[in-house]
Amino acid sequence: MSFPGLINSWAAMALMMIGFYAVIAHGNLVKKVIGLNIFQAAVFIFYISMAKVRGGTAPILGDNLTLFSNPLPHVLILTAIVVGVATTALGLSLVVRIRDTYGTIEDEEIRAIEAAE
Amino acid sequence: MTPETALVAAIAVPAAGALLIGLAGKAPNLRETITLATAVTLFAIVVSLVLSWLDGARPDVTLLTMLPGLSLRLTAEPLGLLFALVASSLWIVNSIYSIGYMRGNAERNQTRYYIFFALALASTMGIALGGNLLTLFVCYELLTLSTYPLVTHHGTPEALRAGRTYMGVLLATSIGLLLLGMIWTWQVAGTLTFTPGGIFKDSVYQPLIGILLALYMFGIGKAALMPLHRWLPAAMVAPTPVSALLHAVAVVKAGVFTVVKVIVYIFGVEHLSTVISFDWLSIVAGFTIVAASVVALRQDNLKRRLAYSTVSQLSYVVLAAAILVPLSVAGAALHIAAHAVGKITLFFAAGSIYTAAHKTEISQLDGIGKRMPWTMAAFGIGALSIIGLPPTIGFASKWLILQGAFEARHMLAIGVIIVSTLLNAAYFLPIVHAAFFRPEAADATPHGEAPWPMVLALTATATATVVLFFLPGVPLELAQQLGDIAR
Amino acid sequence: MIVGQLPILQVIVPLLAAPICAILPFRRLTWLIALAASLLALAIALTLLDQVLSDGPISYLLGDWAAPWGIEYRVDPLAAFLLVIVSALGSVIMLFAPTSVAREIADDRIFLFHAMYLLNLAGLLGMVVTGDVFNLFVFLEISSLSSYVMISLGQSRRALTAAFQYLIMGTVGATFYVIGVGMMYMMTGTLNMADLGTRLPAVAETRTIIAAMAFVVVGIGLKLAMVPLHFWLPNAYAYAPTVVSAFLAATATKVAVYVLLRLVFTVFGGPAMVGLPVDQVLLVLGIVAMFGASAVAIFQTDAKRLLAYSSLAQIGYMVLGISFLTATGLTATIIHLFNHALMKGALFLVLGCVFLRVGSVQISQMAGLGRRMPWTMAAFVVGGLSLIGVPLTVGFVSKWYLIQAALEKGWWLVAVLILLSSLLAMIYVWRIIEVAYFRAPGDDVLQIREAPVMMLIPVWILAAGNVYFGINAQQTIGAAQSAAAVLLGSGG
Repeated sequence: MSFPGLINSWAAMALMMIGFYAVIAHGNLVKKVIGLNIFQAAVFIFYISMAKVRGGTAPILGDNLTLFSNPLPHVLILTAIVVGVATTALGLSLVVRIRDTYGTIEDEEIRAIEAAE
Repeated sequence: MTPETALVAAIAVPAAGALLIGLAGKAPNLRETITLATAVTLFAIVVSLVLSWLDGARPDVTLLTMLPGLSLRLTAEPLGLLFALVASSLWIVNSIYSIGYMRGNAERNQTRYYIFFALALASTMGIALGGNLLTLFVCYELLTLSTYPLVTHHGTPEALRAGRTYMGVLLATSIGLLLLGMIWTWQVAGTLTFTPGGIFKDSVYQPLIGILLALYMFGIGKAALMPLHRWLPAAMVAPTPVSALLHAVAVVKAGVFTVVKVIVYIFGVEHLSTVISFDWLSIVAGFTIVAASVVALRQDNLKRRLAYSTVSQLSYVVLAAAILVPLSVAGAALHIAAHAVGKITLFFAAGSIYTAAHKTEISQLDGIGKRMPWTMAAFGIGALSIIGLPPTIGFASKWLILQGAFEARHMLAIGVIIVSTLLNAAYFLPIVHAAFFRPEAADATPHGEAPWPMVLALTATATATVVLFFLPGVPLELAQQLGDIAR
Repeated sequence: MIVGQLPILQVIVPLLAAPICAILPFRRLTWLIALAASLLALAIALTLLDQVLSDGPISYLLGDWAAPWGIEYRVDPLAAFLLVIVSALGSVIMLFAPTSVAREIADDRIFLFHAMYLLNLAGLLGMVVTGDVFNLFVFLEISSLSSYVMISLGQSRRALTAAFQYLIMGTVGATFYVIGVGMMYMMTGTLNMADLGTRLPAVAETRTIIAAMAFVVVGIGLKLAMVPLHFWLPNAYAYAPTVVSAFLAATATKVAVYVLLRLVFTVFGGPAMVGLPVDQVLLVLGIVAMFGASAVAIFQTDAKRLLAYSSLAQIGYMVLGISFLTATGLTATIIHLFNHALMKGALFLVLGCVFLRVGSVQISQMAGLGRRMPWTMAAFVVGGLSLIGVPLTVGFVSKWYLIQAALEKGWWLVAVLILLSSLLAMIYVWRIIEVAYFRAPGDDVLQIREAPVMMLIPVWILAAGNVYFGINAQQTIGAAQSAAAVLLGSGG
């Protein structure tokens, strides 16, 4: 793999770990959701970089165009983005309801309340 | 009735009886009539099976195929018929006794009691008549489960604790060891059908046979080989008729029955005698006989003393089978029957003492023979049979076992039998002596005999103990046929 | 020809029924729709199973795009077997649902529950029929998202935190899976399972593929709650409405196991697998799950939580069966998929009845229920005995094959461990039975009546199934064996 592809992979992996860290380490539920989003975005970048063909154009039929980028990963990621949006929406709405019933969105405080019950 | 239908009916009748008993739960008289009718029908069926066997019929029914290549199957063979005969005949007597006992002590949950009793008998018949190890195992487990509510019948914390020990030991051994042994056997031999001469080919790796034997002997927890005997004294919290029929006859006999069956029909007596690593079994059984007798000596509670005596007597059967000569195998089979009638008499006596006088400890029994002459006379006869003195059937079975031991020059077995006979005498005869020749305690409350159904039942079994000595007839015939098969 | 379209109809029917339910706020009506859709799915699944067993695997090309490029739906005996399990359990549980749901879910949300259930069903069925690893991800997320919603419908507010926790872990798992799929695509240029299976061996020794295998196994492991990736499950099952716990326990984990089977055998090549020693990992994790989860289950005070931990242990059995990589081991896993669905379905539904009448599933509150609710608790005894593996129940059949598989490999120690762990099951099942039958009932229990007949019927369908398929296991074993043969055959 040549230079741009490789650097994209590194970047994707770095983002992935940042996001994953946020999911695990942060006690704030909204920050967890944000971390999840970064994590997923990293995967999207990873897929899109994978599809890039050197010198290739967008995969649209036209005269004198023989070299295309691979369109399949793009399509896949389009689907994955939709799924990601749905997950985020659901996650955030759960956070709203947790805030309504517990009065906090801090993991530790919720745990303290649950332990006290 | 063809022998084939009889085979199926032997299990179906008590199971159907359980259902009817449940339906008749609101009307005690009807319920008890159904129990008795079921018991009598079952006995008739078993008798017809035995007669047709003696006529040469060899019924064999495949009920259904459970797993590919493995079916639930019923077959008649001498050992199973003998066991079925003992269990079903004693069920009639025990049902009469139960009625007296349960009413006399105003026990609760009587319907549940009769239902599970009938189910236990159905499972026992399945064990006796199972045509392969799988069928036997299935019914063996069902017997454990169906007797659990009988052990915990009183629902007291003590009963629940005993129930936990009971289930724990029996299921842990059967699932942990017996099932493993069975699947391993299936893996090695490719069949689980009971076959005279055994199912293992000579090519099977010998140490594996030794391992499998250990899995079976300790997996069959109902045989109460030490150190797996604890469940039996624990089960004594149950009402006495349960202890009498189930924990002196059906359940424990199912254990030793399975031991003999596995040795004769899975391993093969002759094949097993070529495996050198075998003799540990006689040592364990011999140890159990002596040790349990010594423990029995030290028990003051009558039922517990009887329980330890049962532990010891069960190992007689194991020891007899372990001697591995046809004569002793026949002795093992006969001992199953002999001990059954003897021990059930003793338990009946214990139960009627409890019902009439509310006494449970041996030290309270001074002079009771004058108030309860029938009961204590029957107790004496039962004790003679367990000790192995003529004129009782216990003598006959012990005689066969000893003969086998001499034939095999099995010094350990001979020694153990002699020592244990002395011990048996030492823990039974003082009771009889105290009952008849010691003066009654001064502050004793007057009481008479137990209710008549109980007295009737224990007189019947005591009589049977003596009659069988003079006319061993069918039981001896079946036992000898088993000996021939083992040859 | 409608028969040719069955594989897609299998998914489309519940998928289309879901939005219909979502726009119709009438709970009776949506219930009927959900029930009808489940039954229709069951009919389709049975037809497919019949076809597959007689005519061999069915391949269906979505929009007629040829296989490696288009999405292929592939129904082989294993897939058809799973379709039947999922749709049958779904139907029975829907039959049970109305009364229980009315008690446990707010009235104005019941129609949404039905919509979510249908989406979940569609997702699960889709995961089974698809032959495309990315399409599988999409269905995985459909079923996951809808199950987060269903769990959050639970009465206790802890249901919300349980759902959120599950959402985080489930999404991480699914994303791991996508990463792995991307890596495999990078190396082979295909997303079709069968295609991947043929192309992977050539590149299997590369680091990319080894990493890919690790990613997908961990991703699916999260979904199937394989110990140590199980932390979401006990809370989710304990706080979700009982019907939801029953449905998830009976079907969702089964489908996840199915996916693991597909990956290990169809994609990685089963016994011929190179690269990551997935089988050894599964062996260890399976045994740890069997013991660890059963041991934890013994100390639970909440019956639903107890069953949740027991599920973890049972998943351990299935994972263990896969790790043998033999025909018998696979048969054991596949038959246990079905058997465990029957037992856990029955047990959770019983708890639904108990909750309806008692208002709690704390074990201490169940004292004396054996007498008050005889039919309900009898079903519990049947299910519990099956869980222990007592003969004449399906649990015995599973255990038989699992132990046989272990002995066949010569791993007698594993066989001993399997048996020991089933003794742990005996302890936790018996705790409940003892309380229900032999503990004197409290005063409030005296008011309790038996559950309504409409709930008892589904409970007893499952309980009877536990016994019927335990006595007459030939058909299910036959199906499981042919499914195992297909998996091993396609693995080369």
